[in-house]
Amino acid sequence: MDNSRRKFLKIAGLSAIAGIGAPTAFNGLLKGEAFASSAPSGGGGHGSEKAPTGKRYGFAIDIKKFASDKDLAQRCVNACHSTHNVPDFGNNKDGSKNRKDEIKWIWAEKFEHTFPDHSHYKKNEQLQETPILTLCNHCDNPPCVRACPTQATFKNSDGLVLMDFHRCIGCRFCMAACPYGARSFNWRSPRELDASGNYKYIKNPNPDFPTRMRGVVEKCNMCAERLAEGKLPACVEAAASSEAIVFGDLNDSHSPVSQVLKEKFTIQRKPALGTKPSIFYII
Amino acid sequence: MIEKALSGNGRYFAWLTFLLVIMGVGGLCYLQQFNYGLGVTGMSRDVSWGLYISQFTFMVGVAAGGVMLVLPYYLHNYKVFGKITILGEFMAVAAVAMCLMFILADLGQPMRALNVLLHPTPNSILFWDMIVLNGYLFLNIVGGWVILNAEKKDVPPPKWVKWLIYLSIPWAISIHTVTAFLYCGLPGRHYWLTAILAPRFLASAFAAGPSLLVICALILRKYTDFDAGKEAINKLVTIITYAAILNFFFVGLELFVGYYSNIPGHMHTLDYLFFGLTDHAGEVYDNLVGPMRFSMVIGMAATIALLFPKMRDSYTKIGWLCGAIFLSLWIDKGLGLVLGGFVPTPLEYIVEYYPSKIELGITAAVWATGAFILTVLYKVAISVKLTK
Ligand code: SF4
Ligand code: SF4
Ligand code: SF4
Repeated sequence: MDNSRRKFLKIAGLSAIAGIGAPTAFNGLLKGEAFASSAPSGGGGHGSEKAPTGKRYGFAIDIKKFASDKDLAQRCVNACHSTHNVPDFGNNKDGSKNRKDEIKWIWAEKFEHTFPDHSHYKKNEQLQETPILTLCNHCDNPPCVRACPTQATFKNSDGLVLMDFHRCIGCRFCMAACPYGARSFNWRSPRELDASGNYKYIKNPNPDFPTRMRGVVEKCNMCAERLAEGKLPACVEAAASSEAIVFGDLNDSHSPVSQVLKEKFTIQRKPALGTKPSIFYII
Repeated sequence: MIEKALSGNGRYFAWLTFLLVIMGVGGLCYLQQFNYGLGVTGMSRDVSWGLYISQFTFMVGVAAGGVMLVLPYYLHNYKVFGKITILGEFMAVAAVAMCLMFILADLGQPMRALNVLLHPTPNSILFWDMIVLNGYLFLNIVGGWVILNAEKKDVPPPKWVKWLIYLSIPWAISIHTVTAFLYCGLPGRHYWLTAILAPRFLASAFAAGPSLLVICALILRKYTDFDAGKEAINKLVTIITYAAILNFFFVGLELFVGYYSNIPGHMHTLDYLFFGLTDHAGEVYDNLVGPMRFSMVIGMAATIALLFPKMRDSYTKIGWLCGAIFLSLWIDKGLGLVLGGFVPTPLEYIVEYYPSKIELGITAAVWATGAFILTVLYKVAISVKLTK
């Protein structure tokens, strides 16, 4: 290492300590991760090797299982949306141009849309037709958290990227910042009642989870409320019989998800952006 | 001094009444939005920012443009601008006020706006934008007002105000740089993710702001006894010309990088804006192609025209050419930049956005409020200058 480079790193390190540099990248360099984080695959996008403090929950989604059971994806979606009182305004049906008010935490997508930067040229036909579960990646380096001016979007110590619905001002900066389209906004009140006093847009509301007010952003919370009770995320549970979604702590090498990741070939969405998604897809 | 705004001729009050009517109608629109939510606008999950934020972005530029008067006058002692510097400062005040209104109109939970200050978050660019915008508003109100007051009393302005004005010069650059950072720091939005965004914003600001100023000065000349002076207008036009040339040069650089590199992500939005974008199903989306081409043609034509002395020999020609440049930049930045950035979506769907009537009403009302503030401030400034 020549002198000027060393000097640069020193300055970089100091500014990182002062909290004004870009800490992750520079710290990485200082810790000798230069090779790992400059790998051509895009900033070591498969996730940081070094464990940050605390846990980091993640999924491994086994795409083949969704190919053999075409309804499975929808069952996962329903499980999530009914658990979390996600409203259905009826204008988000497939093929409908007017998807304007749509709110979704997890949904089935075509491969080419979930992975738009992968080549689709002569891709395996089955893959093209398999519904791909698409949801928030609970990025280890989340741009939405960086952008939020009120810390209404924040990362908790378990690596979950969560929302404080009571603090959110509805500026939607986080929606522009998320490169995965994972966030939805309440363009209108999801709490609207019909004549008999029931929620118009939330069928069978779950009394254990709050409904939202209009004007705030929401997204998958990786079932933080269920994890706190020792339960699995609702979508994981819905796919339990075929073990199509493996859940666990990525920082614990013995967790189910870490075991699977060791054995299977997986991909992440847009790894080149350096967001370090915690959702992996087994192809 | 403000009492000067309360007297005027019939035309002055008719204009203010006209603006008040628009503000009233827009106020009613806002009431609807406030009660129902932002669902009354044309925005959606995929195009999550619309007219409000794009207008906001453009107005930050107009506000920053005022510095093109302040800088030559205060730093280079360019006396010719002495008479109209105050117009630049007051235009900045009105423009920043509009910016703040547009942001407020865009919030899903406007009653919580103060959360930005209650939970300061330095890693968020929006937090910094809030600080620089309010700071710039303060600098220009205080600077402009104190100097005008001194002029009225025929005393030299207090020394300290000079420092405020010196500070306002880099501050003007900062407001538009920080506003560009709102966009160009976001991963995965290819159209915005370009280091030239801030310079491009500044170039277009230094053309659009002074253009509006020239138009205002010409209107004042026609309807009041206030004449900015031929030399000042001419100098402004020169500034506008060079800034506009830089702006179009930067646009050209974007086009080169996109199309020569041939990286799809870098071409998609440009395709959408200038040629129309075709989705997987073969449908073509091109609702901004017309306006964007129009913007480029009139903008470049007017800029080239301004290079010829013959096209600058009458105030009418200058007025029209500045108007064309202003309109061109308004379309480019006030529509294309923000709306185009959302196309295609991160999942490569194409969703077009059309503002709703209510959204247009609210936008018109903010413009009218800006014009109202500007009129009143200009009235005060000109009354002071003319009674001297
Ligand atoms: S996927 Fe989007 S919303 Fe989720 S953590 Fe990453 S950036 Fe944030
Ligand atoms: S919409 Fe809410 S969560 Fe998103 S950036 Fe704004 S305040 Fe934060
Ligand atoms: S983890 Fe929980 S919140 Fe997230 S998609 Fe699955 S069920 Fe929904």
